[in-house]
Formats: sequence, structure tokens, C-alpha cells
Amino acid sequence: MELTTFWFAVIAFLWTGFFVLEGFDFGVGMLAPVLSRDEAERRQVLGTIGPVWDGNEVWLITAVGAMFAAFPAWYAGLLSEFYLPIVLVLAGLIMRGVGLEWRGKVQHASDRAWCDLGILAGSALPAFLWGAVFADLLRASAPAALAGGAFSLSVCLLHGAVFVALKTSGPVRARARRTAMVVSVVALPAGVVALSGIPSAGTAVAGWGASPWLWGCALAAMAFLAAAVALTWRGREGWAFTATASSIALTGAALFGALWPAPLPGLTVAEAASGPYTLGMLTWIGLIALPFVLGYQAWSYWVFRKRLVAEVS
Amino acid sequence: MEALDLARWQFGVTTVYHFLFVPLTIGLGVFVAGLQTAWHRTGKEQYLRLTKFFGKIFLINFAMGVVTGIVQEFQFGMNWSEYSVFVGDVFGAPLALEALLAFFLESTFLGLWIFGWDKLPKRVHLATIWAAVIGSNLSAYFILAANAWMKHPVGYEVVDGKARMTDLWAVLTNSTALAQVPHVVAGSFVIAGGFVLAVCGYQVLKERRSADPDRTVPMRRGAGLAVSMWRTPMRAALVMTAIAGMVVAGSGDLSGKLLHEQQPMKLAAAEGLERDTAGAAFSPVPGVEVPMLLSFLATNDPNAVVRGMEDLQEEYTQRFGPGDYRPNLPVVYLSFRVMIVFGMTTVGLSVLGLWLTRRRRATGPSDGQPAPRGRTLRRRAAGAPREVPAWFARLCLLALPLPFIAMIAGWLLSEIGRQPWTVQGELLTAASVSPGVSLTEVAVSLAVFTLLYGLLAVAEAVLIVRHVKAGPEPAPSVPPASPTGTGGTGDGDRTAVMLQPTLMY
Ligand code: HDD
Ligand code: HEM
Ligand code: HEM
Repeated sequence: MELTTFWFAVIAFLWTGFFVLEGFDFGVGMLAPVLSRDEAERRQVLGTIGPVWDGNEVWLITAVGAMFAAFPAWYAGLLSEFYLPIVLVLAGLIMRGVGLEWRGKVQHASDRAWCDLGILAGSALPAFLWGAVFADLLRASAPAALAGGAFSLSVCLLHGAVFVALKTSGPVRARARRTAMVVSVVALPAGVVALSGIPSAGTAVAGWGASPWLWGCALAAMAFLAAAVALTWRGREGWAFTATASSIALTGAALFGALWPAPLPGLTVAEAASGPYTLGMLTWIGLIALPFVLGYQAWSYWVFRKRLVAEVS
Repeated sequence: MEALDLARWQFGVTTVYHFLFVPLTIGLGVFVAGLQTAWHRTGKEQYLRLTKFFGKIFLINFAMGVVTGIVQEFQFGMNWSEYSVFVGDVFGAPLALEALLAFFLESTFLGLWIFGWDKLPKRVHLATIWAAVIGSNLSAYFILAANAWMKHPVGYEVVDGKARMTDLWAVLTNSTALAQVPHVVAGSFVIAGGFVLAVCGYQVLKERRSADPDRTVPMRRGAGLAVSMWRTPMRAALVMTAIAGMVVAGSGDLSGKLLHEQQPMKLAAAEGLERDTAGAAFSPVPGVEVPMLLSFLATNDPNAVVRGMEDLQEEYTQRFGPGDYRPNLPVVYLSFRVMIVFGMTTVGLSVLGLWLTRRRRATGPSDGQPAPRGRTLRRRAAGAPREVPAWFARLCLLALPLPFIAMIAGWLLSEIGRQPWTVQGELLTAASVSPGVSLTEVAVSLAVFTLLYGLLAVAEAVLIVRHVKAGPEPAPSVPPASPTGTGGTGDGDRTAVMLQPTLMY
């Protein structure tokens, strides 16, 4: 594979990793008020993402850093084009990060409420906006952006609810399962609209047959979404989480497939790319480092694999 | 008012702000890791309490470093798209490496550290904080290598109006970076040292006040209790600051010499030198001039010629075309002095503190005198440590802002001194800005960030002050058991292991 193609795939992988991992973080952040009835339960819910959310966010930082290094014009074009949505995303991530880190360190209940508000708003804003930004990038229309945002928001909610169901026990777990079912009422139809929009953005120009595998990914993503709902219903939380994660991963694949080879209107990957020397050096370093990074991140999930209960205090 | 002006303000505000928290993270992280190592080695519970006390402050601050850093990563593309396209090939690489090699390490292992107290074997848990602080320091290296490239671009060629990297090794071992990395990292340790000193100073004063509410004994001597638990961290911080201070001075001197070769205009502005001068004098404060010192500092040769702004301006006009190539003189001139004076004051304070708290020489029975009477005398005889004088504790508290101001001043010197270039000799700031972004958009984002940052600064300050006032938690009656050897919790049904609310939740 030639280097620019490879680096496009790397960036697609990093963004998709971000969507899958931070997707449930966002969901948990938005659902915390719904899933918990008291402070102990609130800690239980947020505790599911406590050790890992920052590591998950670094997927975004790495994706953006890799875009800067490998495709400077794509990085610059995307961020300056979607200027105000990005400002809101950043504002959200600021409030969320501070809220998550500080809520355990403040003393008064009212300060904790501020943190909770930050976590809620800071999770909802990026969850909605990333979907809207990428949908708008593909279709350049406000309804498409809205559908994309609604989809990413509701899928994050579903993914997060399933994650909490998988990682907790007691009343919170039962509530999370019920919430997942409720959320699916929005997530499924939004998924049908938004996901079919991805490959059709490409086919509008090139015809139906031009992108069979994009359609494959999009349809499989819908199927996994439906499967996730069915599995949650049957109490198979581990499998349900695998299904939501797969659905998001396939969405990422379809999305970046549709962006190939022109990630921005009028800008091809080849035009945006850095020189072969830079890409070559980055490839070597990346190939050496990535296994370690994936290894220790996986280990940290392993360390925190047990279900959480609400502390009795 | 153009979008360019606001974009510059925005960059200055957000970056200076980011850099208020980052140095504290860099230095305090190592300090906390050191405390935990001390606990691990000696098993003394006092060290565990200190680890958790400073660890919590570290985490409060860390959060701010993280969230403001994300803005940094995005804003090159948002506000400086022309710059990003021009430099991405070279500048993007260290940024991407920073994320891949440093931020993942830092964030993942910090998560393990915060939540792993009762889940990891003690040794492994200690290793997690070290891995995280190695991540912080690595991140400083990469970002500073990127920053150094803008001052002294190396290992690249310009093809079709874009910089193309030709030698990554040259970029990563840029002479400018090799001077700058130790300078900034050591500066970070000065900041962290100053911070710890202020905290310890406060605690020492508080301890004396509460041990002796009626003030029957003068504050300065303390109430003669057992040696304070704050003495050890204070001494550690004093040593750290003094050593870091030497590195800062040495590497700063090196940076000055590099300026002479690489960025003569910045040096001229920092000295307010108008014309090329042989045997140039240095004026530490306006009105005082030390002859030949500047030439000596810049080159090690008291008679060397140091370039002046006007002569450089003429030369640059010929080389790059008409334009004003002089940076803002008062800002650069002043920030250079503020950096040195304020920063070195803290370093001086640490040297003073080391002297004040030095060990007494033990006066054993060998000198044939009878065993001394009285508590103070007996202590002196035993070679017991000296008390921290109250006035010194107060001074430490007062000096808290100095190294922070020094650090900001250093960055103003560095960044404003580089103007009008973003990449020295290659790309002007005016040509770096995003052409498609409107004044309104920049104004909105500037307003959003300034407001948010202002609120968070107040919140962080309140949080840290409250935490410092509350002091460390009382000693736990049972030290946290390490999970090794306890056979786990024995729950085969994979339910019910809860996260102890050790540090974060
Ligand atoms: C606690 C902080 C601190 C202290 C005590 C000092 N500095 Fe500094 N200095 C910085 C913090 C700093 C900094 C903020 O970290 C800078 C800004 C950019 C950089 O690389 O480091 C800096 C930059 C900087 C530069 C500009 C480098 C460039 O733009 O290429 C020079 C020449 C010096 N310093 C020299 C000194 C000297 C001679 C010092 C004392 C003897 C000194 N600094 C103390
Ligand atoms: C690797 C790190 C850094 C990079 C890549 C960097 C890059 C830049 C860039 C691209 C600008 C363009 C805007 C302009 O020239 O006006 C700038 C200006 C500026 N930077 Fe830096 N910077 C870095 C670190 C810092 C830090 C840590 C600070 C302060 C703590 C800082 C303070 C400033 C200020 C105040 C300006 C505005 C100067 C002016 O516009 O007059 N920079 N820097
Ligand atoms: C202007 C360029 C800069 C960019 C793009 C940038 C980017 C970032 C990002 C994205 C983070 C968050 C990482 C996380 O989520 O864990 C961060 C934190 C950090 N940055 Fe910056 N940064 C800049 C300037 C600097 C400078 C000049 C230094 C050091 C000398 C520095 C050192 C650090 C460190 C040590 C951290 C981790 C500690 C903490 O989060 O408090 N950064 N930075």
C-alpha cells in the first residue's frame, strides 16, 4: 500500500477508535443523572469511566495530531472550515474534563452539581457536534448535519447505557438496561437515516454500484445496532456492547471510505499529504510504538474489569 | 481591527494560560512520585500522607493542563491554517509523536495510578506514577522541539511554498531545542519547587499557630514540638529548586549564546541595543551599565560585536524586502529582566532556605562538657535539624507568584521577540493566519475561551487553597493493604469489587 493511502487508513483508525472509546464515555456522562438516584450511585456510574476517559480522549488528540503531520491541508481546512462547531466541541471537552476530575475533590454539594452540569453539557456537545460536522462534510446540508448529530448523540447514549449495564451491578445495572431500550427508539431510526446517507453521498456522483462495500459497511452498522438492542433486551450485556462497538466501528469505516480520496471538497488526499520522507519516518515510529500503546491501554481495561457496586457509606 | 490581531491575542491568551498549569504538572508530578518512592522505600506513613496530599493538588492542576492542551492541539488549524499548511510536514511530526508517545502514556498510567491504589501490587502502582511523569516530561521535549524549530528551522527544504522535512533527527536534536528543553523543564521544577515551598510554609505557620494558640512562645522558634512533618518535603523542595536553578541559569546562558547566532534581532531587543556594538555593555536595570558584559554573555568574548536592531533592520530589509522586522521593544526588553530577576529570586530563596535549615553539627560528649540541659540545647547536641524560621516560611508563601511570572515573561521574550516571524526567516505571522476565518468567528472563540478560562482559573485557585488549608488527611489506622497475597477478594462471581475512594472519587 502506498504511504498516503496507509496514512489515510491510520487516521481513519484513530478517529474510529476515538468514536468507539469516547463514545461510551460521552454516553455515560450524559446518562449519569438518569441512571443514578443518589451520590453513591452517581459515583458508581462515573466510576465506570473514571480511570479510562482521559486515555480515550487521547485517541482524538492523536487523530488530530496525525492529521496535522500527515495531511496538513486536511487538518487546517477541516478545523478552519468548521470553526464555530469546533469551538463548541472544545468548550465541551474543557467543561467535561474539569468536571470529571474535580467532582471528587470539591467539598460542597453545590460545587458537585456544577461539575455534574459540566459533565452533562460537555458530553452532549461533542457527541452531537462530531456527528453533525462529519455529516455536513459529506452532504453539505443542514438536514443531513442534523440527522448526523442526532445519530451520533443517540448512539453514544445507547453505547454508554450498554457499557454501564456491563460494568455495574445492582439497581443501576437494571436502570441502564431499561434506558438502553428507551434510547434505541431514537437511535435505530436515526441510524437508518444517517447511515444510508453516508454511502449515498458518494453514489450521488458515481452511481449505486460504485461503492458496494460502503453500502456493506453502512448496512452492517445498522444490523449491529439492531442486534445490540435485541441483545440488551435478552440481558447479554457483553455481546450487546460488542455489537454497539462494532456498529460504531463500521460507521467509522463507511465514513472514511466515503471521504476517500477527497477528505475535503476540492482537496484530494494526495494534494494534502506531507512528503514521503515525513510519512516514512512516522510510519516506522508509529509501527514500533502502537503495539505498546494498545497493549497498556488494554491492560488498564483489564485491571478495571470488575463490575462496580455503589459504595455503602 | 483584523482577524489577525484577535487571532494573535487568542493564541497568546490560550497558550500562556496552558502554560500556567503545565510546568506545575511537570515538576509536581516528579515530586509526588518521589514522595511515593520514599514511602515505598521507608514504609513511613508520613510519606504516604504527603503523597496523597500533594497528589491531590497535582491532580486538580493536571485537569487544567489537559483541557487547555486540547485547545492548543486544535488552534493551529483553526486560526493559523496558512501556517499549518506551510509547516505541517515538519511541525506536525513532533506533535503527532507527542500524542502517540507521551500523552497516551501519561493519561493511561495516571488513570491506573488514581484508581489503582488497591488494585495493583505496591510496586506496580509506584511504577504507574513514574510512567505518567515520564510521559509529561517527554511531552515537553516534543513540543519544545517543535517550538525550537520555529526559532531556528533545520532539517527541511522549501518545495512549492511548503516546508518539507528532510531530516527528522536534525529537527529533534536542533541545538535550540537542546538548550530550550533543559531550560523549560528546569524552569518547571523551579515553579513546582516554589509552589511546594509556599504550601509547606503555610503549613509550618499553621502548625505553630495551632500548637501554641496563646503565642506564649515566639512564632519564630516554634513551640518546640517534635520535628514538623513539613520539614522533609520542604528540604526536598529546596534541594530540587536549587539544582533546577543552576540548570536554568546554565541553559539560559546557552540560549543567550544561541540567540546571538540564530536570532540576533531578539537578543538586540532584549538588550535594547540600537546599533552593532563591539564590547557591548549589559544593563540589568535601566541606568546601570556593566561594560562589556553583554558581549561576554553572548559570545564568551568581551570584545565581540553584538548586533543592534537598526543595523539588523537595514540588513533584513535588503534580504526580505521592505517591512518592519523589529519586535515590540519594551515588552521584550522588560520580559527578559523580569524572567531573570523573578525566577532567580526563587532560586536564591531556595539556597537561603537550605542554609537556614542545614543540619547542626553534633556536639558529642567528646568535647568533655557535661550533657547540656534544656530542650533546645539537648537537640542541638544531638545534631537535630534546625527549625524552619517563621519569617522564612512567610517569605516562601509571599514568593509563590514569582516563578510563574518569570515563566510567562520568558515565553513573552521568546515568542514576541520572534515577531514578525512565526518561522524565523521563512514565514511571517501576517501570512500565517487562516484566510477564511472571519473577525466575528475569532471574536466569538476568543470570548468563549477567555470567559471559560477566567471562571476556571478562579475555581482552580479556590479548590487548591481549600485543599491546602484542609491539610493532609489524618493518618489511616490501617495502611491500605496491597492486593498481592491476599488471594484477591475471593468473589468468583465477578461482582462486587468497588473502587476505593482513595484519591479521586
Ligand atoms: C522559572 C523560569 C525561568 C527562569 C528562572 C529563567 N528562565 Fe529563561 N526562559 C524561561 C523561563 C525561565 C521560559 C519561559 O521557559 C523560556 C521561554 C521559551 C523558552 O524556551 O524558555 C525562557 C527563555 C529564555 C531565552 C530565550 C530563548 C529563545 O527564545 O530562543 C533566554 C535567552 C533565556 N531564557 C535566558 C535565561 C537566563 C540567562 C536566565 C537566568 C540566569 C533565565 N533565562 C532564567
Ligand atoms: C511549542 C510551543 C509553542 C508553539 C508552537 C508556539 C507557536 C506560536 C505561534 C504559531 C504563534 C503565532 C501567533 C503570533 O505569532 O502572533 C505564537 C505567538 C505567541 N506565543 Fe507561542 N508557541 C508555543 C509556546 C508558547 C508558550 C508556552 C507561550 C506562553 C506561555 C507562548 C506565548 C505566545 C504569545 C504571547 C504569542 C503572541 C505573540 C504576538 O502575537 O505578538 N507560546 N506562538
Ligand atoms: C502550543 C503548542 C502546544 C500544544 C499543541 C499542546 C498540546 C497539549 C495537549 C493536547 C495536552 C493534553 C494531553 C492530555 O489529554 O493528556 C497537553 C498537555 C500538556 N502539555 Fe501542552 N501543548 C502545547 C504547549 C506546550 C508546551 C510548550 C509544553 C511544555 C514545555 C507543553 C507540555 C505539556 C504537558 C507536560 C502536558 C501534560 C500535563 C498536563 O496535562 O498538565 N505543552 N498539551
